[in-house]
Amino acid sequence: MKPVTRIQSRTVVLPTRDIDTDQIIAARFLTTTSREGLGKNAFYDLRYDKNGKEKPEFALNKPEAKGCGILIAGNNFGCGSSREHAPWALLDFGIEAVISTEIADIFRNNALKNGLVAIVVDSESHQWFMDNPGVELTIDLEDLSITTNGGRRTSFSMDGFARHCLLEGVDQLGFLRQQQDAIGQFEENRAWKP
Amino acid sequence: MNTPTTLFEKVWSDHVVVEETTDTPAVLYIDLHIVHEVTTPQAFTVLRENKLPVRRPDLTLPTLDHSTPTTPVSSFKDLLVAGEGAARQVRQMEQNCEEFGLDLLGYGSGRRGIVHVIGPELGATQPGKTIVCGDSHTSTHGAFGALAFGIGTTEVGHVLATQCLLQRKPKTLAVNVEGQLPPGVTAKDLILAVIGKIGVDGGTGHVIEYRGSAITALDMEARMTICNMSIEAGARAGMIAPDETTFAYLEGRERSPQGPAWDEAVARWKRLRTDDGASFDKTVTIDANELTPMVTFGTNPGMVVSIEDAVPERSDASFQKALDYMQVEPGKPMTGNSVDVVFVGSCTNGRVSDIADAARVLEGRKVADGVRMLVVPGSELVKAEAEARGLDKIIVAAGAEWREAGCSMCIGMNGDIAQPGQLTVSTSNRNFEGRQGVGARTVLASPATAAASAIAGHVADPRDYS
Repeated sequence: MKPVTRIQSRTVVLPTRDIDTDQIIAARFLTTTSREGLGKNAFYDLRYDKNGKEKPEFALNKPEAKGCGILIAGNNFGCGSSREHAPWALLDFGIEAVISTEIADIFRNNALKNGLVAIVVDSESHQWFMDNPGVELTIDLEDLSITTNGGRRTSFSMDGFARHCLLEGVDQLGFLRQQQDAIGQFEENRAWKP
Repeated sequence: MNTPTTLFEKVWSDHVVVEETTDTPAVLYIDLHIVHEVTTPQAFTVLRENKLPVRRPDLTLPTLDHSTPTTPVSSFKDLLVAGEGAARQVRQMEQNCEEFGLDLLGYGSGRRGIVHVIGPELGATQPGKTIVCGDSHTSTHGAFGALAFGIGTTEVGHVLATQCLLQRKPKTLAVNVEGQLPPGVTAKDLILAVIGKIGVDGGTGHVIEYRGSAITALDMEARMTICNMSIEAGARAGMIAPDETTFAYLEGRERSPQGPAWDEAVARWKRLRTDDGASFDKTVTIDANELTPMVTFGTNPGMVVSIEDAVPERSDASFQKALDYMQVEPGKPMTGNSVDVVFVGSCTNGRVSDIADAARVLEGRKVADGVRMLVVPGSELVKAEAEARGLDKIIVAAGAEWREAGCSMCIGMNGDIAQPGQLTVSTSNRNFEGRQGVGARTVLASPATAAASAIAGHVADPRDYS
């Protein structure tokens, strides 16, 4: 994984709450054996009508949304299916960070393991971000802050290990494999065998 | 005296290889890893790239379910019913299992089926185990007092390579259900009521333990339905303490302990319960006596209402968007909505008792004109048992389709889909926009409610068809 220290980008706002991973990437696009190229199908049914024409009213289709790498989403983003295709699709689409008041457990885990920065902020800051789409933000993982050009600063918390992995680009499989001896001893010594 | 602990804490601490610290999560050992064709190909690629074997093929249970057609398959050509990508995915899974030495319960095994149906029915799912799968409904296995949760593909790779996961210890939520479910009200109605009460994010960050007299009265298949939908309340997992019902279900199954090992296992399993005085981070109480058949009206499982009540009115934009998508009017009951498709199946309600519930309503009746009804067994073993009991004949005589095992219409990726705008009464677990096909509208319900709706041609109260 590439290290992530700082993200500087404009925001795009999807105010709907409970956006599930089926919305982010529909099941029919999961019949792949690769993690590449999913971005074109991100939010497909929200972006396109039944004839495959872009829906101009959808936030991500608006001209000002082009190049926006920070998604401000309604409460409980990423609920539902455990598909890791959801963060793969968002990253491939160009989203580098998601900010909400709540992010579903499995999605958050999957996102952070792929370098998609999933951030939970207080509801007052969230409301401000919702009310100010397109604002340029700097997310700093060193000091866990989000700042605007105007100097508005929001701090957030993040699991220390997840933050360390993002900052250093740690491969968690490599980290786990360093525990091989402990794992072997556990298998040997446990009171019952599965 | 030891500090009183919860069922979850007992199973968790029994699997900690390395304790968590503020800097690092716990290394948690996994006793059973169930794998399927959709969320694993990229994980096998990582193993191949790093020249790593599967650490414990004996603790890995692979099958094919998500992108398999529910029409008969005897060749690659038959797989193409589900589409070329889906067919290739199935073939890739067969190759991956061959290459990594995994015993695939695939075509010809007689044991193939939905991941969360085959684990329990083979006796591989057992109390006190840690169980994971690249599928959020892995919470199902918690019905046996296992700690079971869904993981992403990166984590599938971690478990394949190390049999472990890096995990932070979740919080605990007790859902106490006292009383007795009234006639015609099932486990599905109960769990929909729970989700309606706590919301689709009410369990986020928590492991639920379902407790109380209404839970212990349930059989194992009903308990699986309850735990299955824990994730729909945002919970990591759902658990029920094992008891005599659990042991009776597991005794004599293919992968259950046998002989003296069985007695040892039962003695160990009997200790798996929350101690008196143990505390939960949160507690919710539900009165089973008050429950009625439940149906969803919106686009998440928390948007649920009694079959007797009107769809509520709320002014917020997300709520309104859901009602617009569903073409449902607030202030009116769901029974006014006509039905195009009825689906009985899935890891939530695709077991023999679910199919029997539907067959009981269908017997001697006909599916309404213009309604397509699919009944899809959760596994090849479920199919065989249902047929041995003659349930397939009742289903076909009523004008419904009796199909091959798989996830089918629960997830629109295997050829079984509803058309845009069609309304499906479904025994599955998600009524998300497009879940059952682009523009398809889903009403979640119990097998009895689904069958009653197929006969009526509109969303119907199963108690009128008893």
